[in-house]
Amino acid sequence: MEHKIIDTKEVVIRFTGDSGDGMQLTGTLFADASALYGNEISTFPDYPAEIRAPQGTVAGVSGFQVHIGATEVKTPGDLCDVLVAMNPAALRANAKWAKPGASIIIDTDSFDEKSIQKAGFQTLDPISELKLEDYNIVASPITTLTKESLKDSGLDNKAIIRSKNMFVLGMCYFMFTRPIEFTEAYLEKKFAKKPHLIAPNKKVLNDGYNYAHNIHAIPSTYRIEPAKQEKGVYRNISGNVATAWGLLAASEKSGRPLFCGSYPITPATVILEELAIYKQLGAKTVQCEDEIAGICTSIGAAYAGNLAVTSTSGPGLSLKSEALGLAMITELPLVIIDVQRSGPSTGIPTKTEQTDLNQALYGRNGECPVMVMASRTPSDCFRAAFYAAKYALEHMMPVILLSEGFLGNGSEPWKIPSMAEYPAINPPIIKECEGKFKPFERDPETFVRKWALPGTPGLEHRVGGLEKTPAGAVSSDPQVHEKMVAARAAKIAKVADCIPDLEVIGEQSGDVLIVGWGGTFGHLYTATKNLLEQGMKVGFAHFDYINPLPKNTAEVLSKFKKIIVCELNSGHFVNYLRAKEPDFKYEQLNKVQGQPFMVQEIVDAVKAL
Amino acid sequence: MKYTLQDFKSDQEVKWCPGCGDHAVLASVLRSMPAVCEELGINKENLVFVSGIGCSSRFPYYMDTYGFHGIHGRATALSTGMKVANPELCIWQMTGDGDSLAIGGNHFIHAIRRNININVILFNNRIYGLTKGQYSPTSKFGLVTKTSPYGTIEQPFTPGQLVLGARGTFFARTLDYDLALNQEILPIAAKHKGTSIIEFCTNCVIYNDGTHKEWSARELRDDTTITLRHGEKMLFGKNKEKGIVLDKETLQLKVVKLGENGITEKDILVHDAHTDNVGIHTMLVNMKYPDYPVALGVIRDVEDKTYDDNLWNQVCEVEAKAKIKSVDELLHSGATWTVEK
Ligand SMILES: Cc1ncc(C[n+]2csc(CCOP(=O)(O)OP(=O)(O)O)c2C)c(N)n1
Ligand code: SF4
Ligand SMILES: [Mg+2]
Repeated sequence: MEHKIIDTKEVVIRFTGDSGDGMQLTGTLFADASALYGNEISTFPDYPAEIRAPQGTVAGVSGFQVHIGATEVKTPGDLCDVLVAMNPAALRANAKWAKPGASIIIDTDSFDEKSIQKAGFQTLDPISELKLEDYNIVASPITTLTKESLKDSGLDNKAIIRSKNMFVLGMCYFMFTRPIEFTEAYLEKKFAKKPHLIAPNKKVLNDGYNYAHNIHAIPSTYRIEPAKQEKGVYRNISGNVATAWGLLAASEKSGRPLFCGSYPITPATVILEELAIYKQLGAKTVQCEDEIAGICTSIGAAYAGNLAVTSTSGPGLSLKSEALGLAMITELPLVIIDVQRSGPSTGIPTKTEQTDLNQALYGRNGECPVMVMASRTPSDCFRAAFYAAKYALEHMMPVILLSEGFLGNGSEPWKIPSMAEYPAINPPIIKECEGKFKPFERDPETFVRKWALPGTPGLEHRVGGLEKTPAGAVSSDPQVHEKMVAARAAKIAKVADCIPDLEVIGEQSGDVLIVGWGGTFGHLYTATKNLLEQGMKVGFAHFDYINPLPKNTAEVLSKFKKIIVCELNSGHFVNYLRAKEPDFKYEQLNKVQGQPFMVQEIVDAVKAL
Repeated sequence: MKYTLQDFKSDQEVKWCPGCGDHAVLASVLRSMPAVCEELGINKENLVFVSGIGCSSRFPYYMDTYGFHGIHGRATALSTGMKVANPELCIWQMTGDGDSLAIGGNHFIHAIRRNININVILFNNRIYGLTKGQYSPTSKFGLVTKTSPYGTIEQPFTPGQLVLGARGTFFARTLDYDLALNQEILPIAAKHKGTSIIEFCTNCVIYNDGTHKEWSARELRDDTTITLRHGEKMLFGKNKEKGIVLDKETLQLKVVKLGENGITEKDILVHDAHTDNVGIHTMLVNMKYPDYPVALGVIRDVEDKTYDDNLWNQVCEVEAKAKIKSVDELLHSGATWTVEK
C-alpha cells in the first residue's frame, strides 16, 4: 500500500494516557515542533487534580490537545482527528473527543484484561464497546517496541518503559511530517546533566518515526504547510508566563520595582514561579503563608513604592477580599491576578471556567468598586498584565485581571513585541509639597491622588482602612463618607477615558452581535468566522475591559438586532450588561462544565436565535 | 540629638480611654524615637508605624511619621511587604493580643520564623478592647467576659513561649507604665537585626482592669518581677537579696535567697540574652507569678540572618550572574524562530 500524503489546512491531535505517561510533555514537544515548523498552533492541557491518581483508572487520565494549522488557528479544536490513547482508561475517557472516523493510536501492550477491567469496561473489547469499529485504529505494541528499541541502552526497565511516550511522539512526527531536529535539540538540553539519557531518548524517538513509516497501518500522512505569518521573531508562550512577563515589562517601563506576594494555587502558581526567577529584573517574590498575607505583603510593598502584584485563583481571591477593600480605600496601586478555575470551593480545580466574574466585580464589603479586566488568549496575557499594572499605577487603585486556567496553561506562538512599542507608565509620585501633605487630595480631572513614598522627607502621612478626609484625618462624618465613596467610584469610572474603544470583528452592524470576554475569544472568533462564511450577518465584540466598560459599548450594542452573550458561567457578564446597559435585550449562551466552549456549540446557538 | 519627642507627635487627638495603658506605651515610644533615630543613624522619614485593628492599633495616627493602619490581624504581612520593598525603612508594628495571636497568628509566627527585620510592639491586655470585652488568646483560664459568661474554658498563650517556638531571635517583656525600662528596651529592639517582639503588658481599665496587677503593681514589683540585663546576675528584691539559680537535680529554675543554705552571689545565674540556646530563654519567659518573679527586659537577643538581607543578597548574586538584563532580552530568550517574507 502506498502512503498517501494529504494536504490539509488543519489537524487536531489529542495525546492521552495515564498521569505518569508523560502526555503533557509529549503534547508540548509536538506543539513546539509545529510552531517552529511555522504552523499556527493552539494547545489545551486537560489533566486531573491528582499528581498520581490510581494508575490505569479513568480518574488518572491526563490529556493534551494540540491544534495545528496552515491558516489561522484560534482554538485547540473541538474534536480531534488523531487520538493517542496509551491505555484503556485513556481511550474510555477520550473517545468522545474523537471526530467520526478519526485515527486512534493505541498501545496494545496496555490493553490486557486487567487494565481493560480497571478502566471500567464491561467487556474485554473496548473498541466495540465504545462503537469505534469505523475508526482507523492504529494498534501497535508500543511498550514492546520501546523495550526492543532500548534493549542495549543500559537503562533499567522502568526508565525504558517511561520512554514509550517518545516512541509515540516519533510516530506522530511521521504522521504529520514534523521535523524531528527540534525535539532532539530539546533532549540534549534537558539531559545535559544526565548525558547517558540523550542517546536512548533520541533513538526511541527515531525508532518510533521509522516504525510508523514502515507499518502499513498508517494509511496516510498529513502535510500542514507553514502558515502565512507576519514577518518577525516568534516564540511560543503560555498565558501564565506571558502574564508574569507583562508585569516585568510594566515594572521596567514605570521604574517601579516589582513585588509579588502570593500563595501557590493551581492554575496560577506558574506566575509566582516565573517571577521568582527574574531577580535580575528587579522582581522580588515572597511565597507567603496564605493568600491574605499574599495580598497584604503586596499592599505593604505598594505603600513603600513598588509595583505590587498578587496572583491567585478563585479560592485565593475569596481570601483576599477584605484586603482588596483596604487597597481600594487607601488608594494604593495593586494588581490582583485571578487565574480562574472551576468552583465553588475546590470545585474541579484543574478545569477552566469564568465563574469568578461576580466575585471580582462585587465580592467585597462596603462600596468597593474596582477595575476589572480580562485576558483573551495566552499571548494576550502579556498585554493585559502590562495594562493592568499601568492603570493601577497611574490611577492609584487595585485592578483585578481575570485570566483562566485555559489561558494560563494554554500556549500559542507569539510575535515578540519590542518594548519600544509599549507606552510609558507614569505613576503620580510626589517628592515635595507646600504645607502639610494631604494624601487624599485629588487631581481635578482624573480624581487620582498623589503617591508619597516613605523615606521622602516632609511628606509623612497616615493611610488606613478607616474613612478619611481629603487631608487624611480619620472621619466618621456622614457627608465626608458619602463624598469619599463617590470620589473613589468616580475615579474608577473615569478610567473609561483612557481605555480603548470596543472593537467589532466581522459585520459592523447586522443581525446578531456575539459578545464575550476573557479566554473564550478564540472560540467566539472562530465561530464568528464560520457564521460569516455561511453568509450570516454577524459581528463579534469581545470585552477586555469590564469595569469600567468601554465608552462606546452602548453604541456597539445598538447596531445589531440581536445580542448573544457567551460565557463559561451561568450568566455573570450578561447580567452585568443588563444592569449597566438596560436598553438592550440580551440572549445568552452559558456552559459550566469546567471545559471550554466548542466552536460548534456557539455556531448552533447563534443559528438557533 | 537630632530630634526631640515633639518631632514625633501628630496633631491627632488621642482617643484611648483615660487611664488606658496604651497612653504610657505612646509616651514610651515618643520618648524613645529620638534615641532610636540617633543610634540607627536614620531620619524620621524612614520610620513607618504599621498596625492592625484594635484599640492599640490606633497608634500610627498618633505619630507624625509615615503610618499604615491596616486590617485586623494583617499588620505583620503589611510590614513584611514594606520591609522587603524598601529595606531602608525602620518599621514599628503595633498590635494587640487578639490582632497578633488570634486572627493574625499565622502571619505572626511566619514573620518570626523568617526573621524579617521589623519591630513589633505587642500590647497584651489579655482582652479584646475595641470590641468591648471578649476574651483573647492570652486571657486567663476561667476569665468571665461577655463571650465567656461562665468563664473561659481554654488555656492562654504565653506570647514569649510562642515567639521562641517560632524561632524568635528577639523577645523582650515590659510593663506599660515603666517608661524608664521601655526607653532602655526600645533602642535595643530597634538595633536587633531580625524580628524584635516586645511584649508590653498593658492594662485595659475598662474591660480587664488589673489583669497583670498581682505582679505588676508598683508596690509589689521588687519582689514579683525580675529585670534581666545581658551579662548581669539574675538578682531581684528590694535589696537584690534574691536570685535565680538552676536546680541541677530537676533542671528547673529556682528562686533562692542570698545567704540562705550557703547561697552566695556566685551561685546566681548570669543572664545571657545572646546565647542561641533557647532552653534557658524558654524557662525565663515561662516564669509565672507566684512561683517565680515575672521576667522583664530583653530576654533573648541573638544574631541570625534576616529575610530581607537574604533576599537582597540573592538579588545581587543573581544580578551579577544574569545574562538577561532587560525585558526585550527576556522576550527573546529561549527558543524563537524568525518568519521572513
Ligand atoms: C476581620 C475582622 N474581624 C473582626 C473584627 C473586630 N475586631 C476589631 S478589634 C478586635 C479585637 C481587638 O483586640 P486586640 O487585638 O487585643 O486589641 P485591643 O483592642 O485589645 O488593643 C476585633 C475582634 C474586625 N475589625 N475585623
Ligand atoms: S477599651 Fe481598654 S484597651 Fe481600649 S482604650 Fe479603653 S482602656 Fe484602652
Ligand atoms: Mg487586647
